[in-house]
Amino acid sequence: MKNWNWRLISTHAILIVGVLFMSLPVWVAFATSTHAPETILRDGLQFLPGSHFFTTYNEVLFVEGGVMKSVLGTTMLKNSLILGLGFAIGKVIISMLAAYAIVYFRFRLATPLFCVIFLTLLLPLEVRIIPSYEVLAKLGMLDTHVGLIVPLIASATGTFFFRQFFRSVPDELLEAARLDGATAWGFFIDILVPLSKTMIAAILIIMFVVGWNQYLWPLIMTTKEENYTLVIGIKQIYQILAEGGELPQYQKAFALTILATLPPVLVVLIFQNWFVKGLVESEK
Amino acid sequence: MKRVQFEHSSIPYLFVAPQIAIIVIFFLWPAAQAIYQSFLLEDAFGLSSQFVWFRNYSDTILSTSWLQSAGFTAIFSLLVTFLSLSLALLLAVKANEVIRGASTYKTTLMWAYAIAPPVAGLMGNLMFNPLIGDLYKFFNAIGWDFNHKLDAFDASFVVILISVWKQVSVNFIFFLSGLQGIPKAVNEASMMDCRSPTRRFWTITFPLLAPTTFFLMVINITYAFFETFGIIDTTTQGAPGGATTTLVFKVYQDGFRGADLGGSSAQSVVLMILVLILTVVQFRYIERKVHY
Repeated sequence: MKNWNWRLISTHAILIVGVLFMSLPVWVAFATSTHAPETILRDGLQFLPGSHFFTTYNEVLFVEGGVMKSVLGTTMLKNSLILGLGFAIGKVIISMLAAYAIVYFRFRLATPLFCVIFLTLLLPLEVRIIPSYEVLAKLGMLDTHVGLIVPLIASATGTFFFRQFFRSVPDELLEAARLDGATAWGFFIDILVPLSKTMIAAILIIMFVVGWNQYLWPLIMTTKEENYTLVIGIKQIYQILAEGGELPQYQKAFALTILATLPPVLVVLIFQNWFVKGLVESEK
Repeated sequence: MKRVQFEHSSIPYLFVAPQIAIIVIFFLWPAAQAIYQSFLLEDAFGLSSQFVWFRNYSDTILSTSWLQSAGFTAIFSLLVTFLSLSLALLLAVKANEVIRGASTYKTTLMWAYAIAPPVAGLMGNLMFNPLIGDLYKFFNAIGWDFNHKLDAFDASFVVILISVWKQVSVNFIFFLSGLQGIPKAVNEASMMDCRSPTRRFWTITFPLLAPTTFFLMVINITYAFFETFGIIDTTTQGAPGGATTTLVFKVYQDGFRGADLGGSSAQSVVLMILVLILTVVQFRYIERKVHY
């Protein structure tokens, strides 16, 4: 019995060290963000929250920053939300439609079109980033929401996910629906979409996080500060905060990292079960 | 494919049209552009260009900086993959063992998934800041002459540490769900046959997790290749002397900062080929996975 106890204790010890390793950096970032810049410079990183929470976050959110002093934290927050939501919703709609056509219809170009969609899985945006930028520039879509979101949707992960799911839907459903005289669109919207609710939720959550966290593409696409998302904005602003001026504003840099982290983390925590299901299922 | 399908001539095209349109404009066109440009040499002002066959390829790929970057990417990917997988496997096995606190551990170990790589990079950057960073001070205090701005090894250490940290949670989620997918009967039977938990793990559990592990290896290598861009750009920016420049970071650096379009496109094409090879490997293992 004694042996078993030691095993249990070591198990918990390993897990606690793991939890600390994963969480401590973020906690320290938060705690440090609530201190005065002088304190941080004098005493280093902080492990306990200080008294400057409201001052720091108020400044970060509502006072203009950036090289041109033209971007608010709230603006970046808004841009990030647009990117995250636009990407997630756009991806779900487009990939559901395409998966529906591929699974439920017999048509001549089905195989070649499927191959083209498949091809996008092989080549992430990162490897064709510069020509993509040129194409967007030619189309005059730099610094627009559409130009930011749509190229990211080109990858077909969602299509594969829904294809997999639609194939698991019993054939009898379509037979029954056809006996009732359902049209192609009717079957999709009245039967398949309600049936896929959980799947849609799971994919929305994952894609929101993926969209929110985009870095390289928004970095290249956006030139105006008012179009910064939090994830790219923090880097630009960080440099000014930490390197420019007489007193480095580390607390603001930390506050921005916390702001950029909080919404996707909350989404993952609140919808944890859907999120895990979606992640594990979609990557198969 | 479905046994029962709609028979329509035009409707399915309407359904796939949006996806295909996006792919053609934002995927095929740029990809073709990359391949085309990789054969061109532009003059300094971008006014004229000349068809040079494979000169961009031979120029970039045989250059010392590309080879250095390829070497770093290989070592970096292997280390990040190996370390984050081992850590995640250890934590997943332990989290699967406990009964009390299981869901708390699960939540606190997986939530870092939601943090963007560049945000993780910035946090790490601040932790390693020479003025305020505790980790920087700690390493110097224990006698390691730590300076990631000047020393290639230290810089690689920082980048690898942050990349591993960021990737543990994804691997943890997959390993845990893999472990939970192992039937109870298998565990009980193995407990009767073998009393040593360590041996039980290596002879029963680990082989059963093999499909998950292979799959995660591909995911992790892809991550190390591409997604770590955000970490590198927010920490070392490839410094010192290109010691922490991954291949993707180099494409970006040469193409955007250096305005060497031909060379950068040639690098993109080489990367595409590398990813294609990776994916072929991945599909071979997915094939295996189905048979398990």
